[in-house]
Amino acid sequence: MNRTRALLVLSLLAVLALASLLLSLGVGSLRFSPGEVWAALLGEGDATAIAVVRDLRLPRALATCACGGLLALAGSLMQVLLRNPLADPYVLGISGGAAVGALAAMLLGVGASLGLEGAAFAGALAAMGLVFGLSRGEGSWTQTRLLLTGVIVASGCGAVVALMLSLAPEQQLRGMLFWLMGDASQASAPLPALLILGAGLAVALFFARELNLLGRGALLAATLGADVTRLRLLLYFLASGLTATAVTSVGSVGFVGLVVPHWARLALGNDQRVLLPAATLAGSALLTLADTLARSLIAPQQLPVGVLTALLGVPVFLLLLARAPHMEQG
Amino acid sequence: MSTPLLAAHALSVSIGGQPVVRELHLALHPGERLVLLGRNGVGKTTLLHTLAGLHAADAGEVRLAGKTYADLGHRGAAPLRGLLPQHQGDVFAASVLETVLIGRHPYLARWDWESAADANLARAALAAVGLADFAARSLHTLSGGERQRVALATLLVQQPRVYLLDEPLAHLDLNHQVAVLELMSRRVREEGAALVMVLHDVNLAARYCDWALLLFGEGEYEFGDAVPDARALSRLYGYPLRVIQDGERRWFVPEMAATGEG
Repeated sequence: MNRTRALLVLSLLAVLALASLLLSLGVGSLRFSPGEVWAALLGEGDATAIAVVRDLRLPRALATCACGGLLALAGSLMQVLLRNPLADPYVLGISGGAAVGALAAMLLGVGASLGLEGAAFAGALAAMGLVFGLSRGEGSWTQTRLLLTGVIVASGCGAVVALMLSLAPEQQLRGMLFWLMGDASQASAPLPALLILGAGLAVALFFARELNLLGRGALLAATLGADVTRLRLLLYFLASGLTATAVTSVGSVGFVGLVVPHWARLALGNDQRVLLPAATLAGSALLTLADTLARSLIAPQQLPVGVLTALLGVPVFLLLLARAPHMEQG
Repeated sequence: MSTPLLAAHALSVSIGGQPVVRELHLALHPGERLVLLGRNGVGKTTLLHTLAGLHAADAGEVRLAGKTYADLGHRGAAPLRGLLPQHQGDVFAASVLETVLIGRHPYLARWDWESAADANLARAALAAVGLADFAARSLHTLSGGERQRVALATLLVQQPRVYLLDEPLAHLDLNHQVAVLELMSRRVREEGAALVMVLHDVNLAARYCDWALLLFGEGEYEFGDAVPDARALSRLYGYPLRVIQDGERRWFVPEMAATGEG
């Protein structure tokens, strides 16, 4: 893969992400053609269309688009950090922390979405700090220790979540379960997530070739000129921050962060300079499409988007894996 | 005399509280080859990593072409010294060519991509280790010995001044062992580079090295000619060795117990 081919592939993926965004703006109880959507976005034409597209659908579509990218990027970075193909954004307990925060806020009756998001973000940060504080050490066992600490903190959070679910009053259970499965219906104010995604991707691309080195092992990376300690710290905080941002606005949507990086790797190879932006765009497209289906499939009832991502993604992933038998560990 | 490519001054190294060397002095000049010999667990890899700037010394310093690692920084040291690690870890699939191109990292600016010239270098390195037809293969389809030679090719395209090889002959069969040692010796001679390697075969070490550093454990060492006497080697391995004179060359073979097969 050279730079020209990489740019071509990334442009195609960007078009795909934009198309899924336009589709999600047009689909719903009121259907609009792409042309009508475009006109409404520019503030022309029918007032109802403008209101529905710009005020109702656009914030949610942009939020899911941003979160899909955040999760896929965070998952790719976690897989490099932990050098483990099973790593995903949630493996180090960040979504667990966010879930504890969000559910506690719901139990305490914090109704406003801003309070809920604040609590989720605080929970994610607390889990991030806890795992980082507990797993610091010297030597080659750091990766294993980080992974173990994260997994243990995640299961601790899982137990607290289960406890809160069993104590919660009946009428709150549905909202809690939806949050846990990943639910974009509360998502609003997409701007912070979009800005963080842009900044995170820029930082990740700045270090992309060093990340390629790190994927080949810490020793080799160090002899070829990478500052491995600094790079790992950066990866940890970047991936954790991206994950915290995503779970704060759409809950713990599963699957995107684990499988989209693998899709990109199977289709395009393991060069992080291509993989990171490709996974980000594919994640955006996947979550936007999944959320469009989630709110229109059995409308007016809405499904949690996390269920749809898995239902859409699993067959595609298995197909890719079956077509690439020589990439057995990829 | 000119500045040595690799020098250790009063270097003391330990691992997990166990001393590896105490007050080591050594200097390697262009074209010189040094072998590290010693029993398992005596700290050969730790010393090699210390020389590579990857393990902190207890005392003393390592200088690359006159400069310490602190002077050089991570990026500054990369074109000067390269390491062939003992283990090749590949979690994710990649092609052989991609893997070898990683070695060009120190020469590329932040936003550069590898050029056609870099790819040609990588292909030449693959040809040099006998893997000319392997460029497009996936790493995961290679054998242990082939994988070892891919790692060596990666080191060759890094083009360092000081080559540090940790068990370069691991997984290799006899013809490739000799081919790799011949290749490295030629490189060192032609480029005026220096070579430090960990080997287990005393006879190959004697044939392909100029100096030997024997690590006896507890920080004790002996630096000298690459063909040590049988007594020192017997002490080194804690096993009696016998010398067989073959014309000008001496071969070291382990004494076989009298109660053997025959």
